[in-house]
Amino acid sequence: MNDSTIALNSPSALWAGLSRVPGVAWILGFLVIGFAFATGDFLSGPNLLNIGLQSVILLMLALPMTLIIMTEGVDISMGALLTLASVVLAWVLAHDGSLMLALAASLAIGLVFGLANGMLVAWLKMPPFVVTLGTMGMAEGLALLFTDGQSIVVANDTLAAVYGGSLLGIPQTLLIGAIAYVFTHWLLYHTRFGTYIFALGGNPDALSLAGIRTNAYLIAVYAFGGLMTGLAALILTSRMSSGHPTAAIGMEFDAIAAVVVGGTSFEHGNGWLFGTLLGVLAVGALRNGLNLLTVPSSVQVSCIGLLVIVALLIDGFKGKK
Amino acid sequence: MKSTLRIAALAAELKTIGYRLAAALAICVVLTFLSDAFLTTNNLMNVLRQASLLFLLASGLTLVILTAGLDLSVGANIGLSACIAASIMKLTGSALLGAACGVGIGLTIGLANGLLVALMRMPPFIATYGMLWVVHGITYWFMAGTTLYGFPPAFRALGSGYFLGVPIPVYLMFVFLTLGAFFSQRTTYGQEIYAIGANREAARLSGVPIVKRLILVYAVSGAMAGLASLVFLARMNSAEGDIGEAFTLPAIAAALIGGTSLFGGIGTVSGTLVGALILTLVLNGMNLLTIDASWQPLVTGVIVLLAVFFDTLTRRGEEARK
Repeated sequence: MNDSTIALNSPSALWAGLSRVPGVAWILGFLVIGFAFATGDFLSGPNLLNIGLQSVILLMLALPMTLIIMTEGVDISMGALLTLASVVLAWVLAHDGSLMLALAASLAIGLVFGLANGMLVAWLKMPPFVVTLGTMGMAEGLALLFTDGQSIVVANDTLAAVYGGSLLGIPQTLLIGAIAYVFTHWLLYHTRFGTYIFALGGNPDALSLAGIRTNAYLIAVYAFGGLMTGLAALILTSRMSSGHPTAAIGMEFDAIAAVVVGGTSFEHGNGWLFGTLLGVLAVGALRNGLNLLTVPSSVQVSCIGLLVIVALLIDGFKGKK
Repeated sequence: MKSTLRIAALAAELKTIGYRLAAALAICVVLTFLSDAFLTTNNLMNVLRQASLLFLLASGLTLVILTAGLDLSVGANIGLSACIAASIMKLTGSALLGAACGVGIGLTIGLANGLLVALMRMPPFIATYGMLWVVHGITYWFMAGTTLYGFPPAFRALGSGYFLGVPIPVYLMFVFLTLGAFFSQRTTYGQEIYAIGANREAARLSGVPIVKRLILVYAVSGAMAGLASLVFLARMNSAEGDIGEAFTLPAIAAALIGGTSLFGGIGTVSGTLVGALILTLVLNGMNLLTIDASWQPLVTGVIVLLAVFFDTLTRRGEEARK
C-alpha cells in the first residue's frame, strides 16, 4: 500500500522538486553545459576566473538595480552614468594623479545623478523609466562633451593595480565584488532600510500610513545605485586603462537582464538578491561563451534579450502550475 | 446634442494645441531675431522636413502612450528597417520591394512588442527596451560594419524630393495626421485605445478587447517606424548599422511636448505634430547658433524631463480637484 503510493507519487514528487528549482539555475546550468560542449576552453580555470572578473562590474550595477526594481522602479541611466563617471575619473587622474581624488570625483558624479533620479521619482512622482531615460541622455551628452568624443588614456600604476592586483592570492576585483554583494545582502535582509524596500514595492501606502518617510528611502535607493555605479567606474577605468565616452553605453540592459533572469519581479516588491548573483553569472557566462565562439558583441546583446524572454517564460510557466 | 458635444471637444482640442502653437511661434520670433539664416525658405522647409520625419515616428508612438504604454524600440526599429530596405533595394533594384520590406520589418518588430506586452504581460518599457537591444544587435550583425548607399532616384524623392516647392515628407505628414486624427477620434478602435489608457479595468469590464487593441497599437507604432525609416533612408541615401539610434528620445519628447500624458488616456495626434515642430525648431535654432551637436541629446533629455514634470503636475492637480 505504502509502496504503491510512493511509486505513484514519485514522478510528481520529482516534478514538484524540479519546479522548485528557480528558472535562473536551469538557465545557468544549460549555458554552462552547452558552452562546455561547444567550446574547448569554457570550463578551464583561467576562463572561469575571467568570467568572474568580467562579471564584477555587472554585479555592481545589478545589485542596486535589484533594489530599485523591487521598489517598482528602474534605472536605465546606469550605463551612461558609468561611462560618464569613468571619463571623469580618467580625466582627474590624468590631470592630478591622485587616485583617491579621482575616485571621489567619480563617486560624487554617481551620487549627484542617483540623488537627482531619486528626487524626481520620489518627490515629483515622475515615472522612473522616463526620469532615468532623461538623465541617461544627459549623462551620455556630458560624457561626449567632456571628452570631445576621444578616449582619455591613463598610464597609472596604482589604477592598473586595482583590476590586476591580488590580495592573499585572491584577485582584488573579485574581493570588491564579494564585498559589494555581502554589503547589499546585509542592507536588504538585515536592516530596517531593507525591510522598507520590500514594503516600498509591496505596499507603499501602508508604509507611509505607518508614519515612515517613504520618499527619503526611495531617494536613498537611487542614490545607492549612483554610488555603486561610481565605484564600478573605478574597476571599469582600471580594466581599460582609459575613459572612453561610449565605454559602458547599454550596460544597464545587461544589469536589468541579470535581475529579471534572477527572478526579481517588476511588481509587488518580490526580489531575490542571490538570484541576481546567479543572473549576473548567467549573463557573464553567456557573453563569455559567445566571445569564445567569436560571436560579435552586438549579437550577444540580442542573445541576452532572448535569455530574458526565456527566463520569463520559465517562471511564467511555473507560476501557472 | 451630438454635434454640440463634438464642437466642445474640438474647441478643447484647439485650446490645448493653441498654447503649443503659440509657443512654436514664439520660438520662431526669437530665432528670427537671433539668426539671419532662420527666416529663409530653405531653412523653414528644412525644419518642416525634419519635423515631418519626427512626426511620422512619434504619431504611432502617441497611440502606444495613449494606452499608458511606451515604445522605446522605435529608434532601433528605424535602424533595422532602413538597413533591410536598403539591402533589398541594392539586391533587386526594386524600390517598391525594398520599401515594402522596410515597413514589413517595422510591423514585425511592433507585433513582437505587442505580443510581449499584451500576451506575456511584460511592463511595456521593459519589453520594448529589451527589443531595442535585440533589434540593435540584429542590425549590427546584418550590416557587419558595411555601408549601403546610392538608391534609385524614384525612392530618394520620398525623402529629398519636392512637389510645388514643398518637401514630399511634409505631404506624408499631413496624410498621416489626417489618418491618425480620424482613427483616434472618429473610430471605435480609437475610442477603445483612449479607454484602455484612461482606466484599463473599466475598459475591460465594458468589453474592450484589450489584448487585441494593445497588439494593434504596438504594431502600428512599429509600422510607422518602418515608414519613417524609409523617409530617413531616402534623405540620407546611405544606411549604416547605427542609423536611427538618435531618434528614440526625440520621438518620445515630441509626443510629450504635444500634450500626450505618459499615464495614458490623454493626448492627440495633432498635438504630437506641434510637439515635433517645437522640438525641431529648438534643435534647428541650436544648429543655426552653431552650438555643438553634442549638446542636442542633453537638451532633449532636459526637455523630456520638463515635459514629464508638467504632465505629472497637471495630473496631480486634477486628482486633487476630484
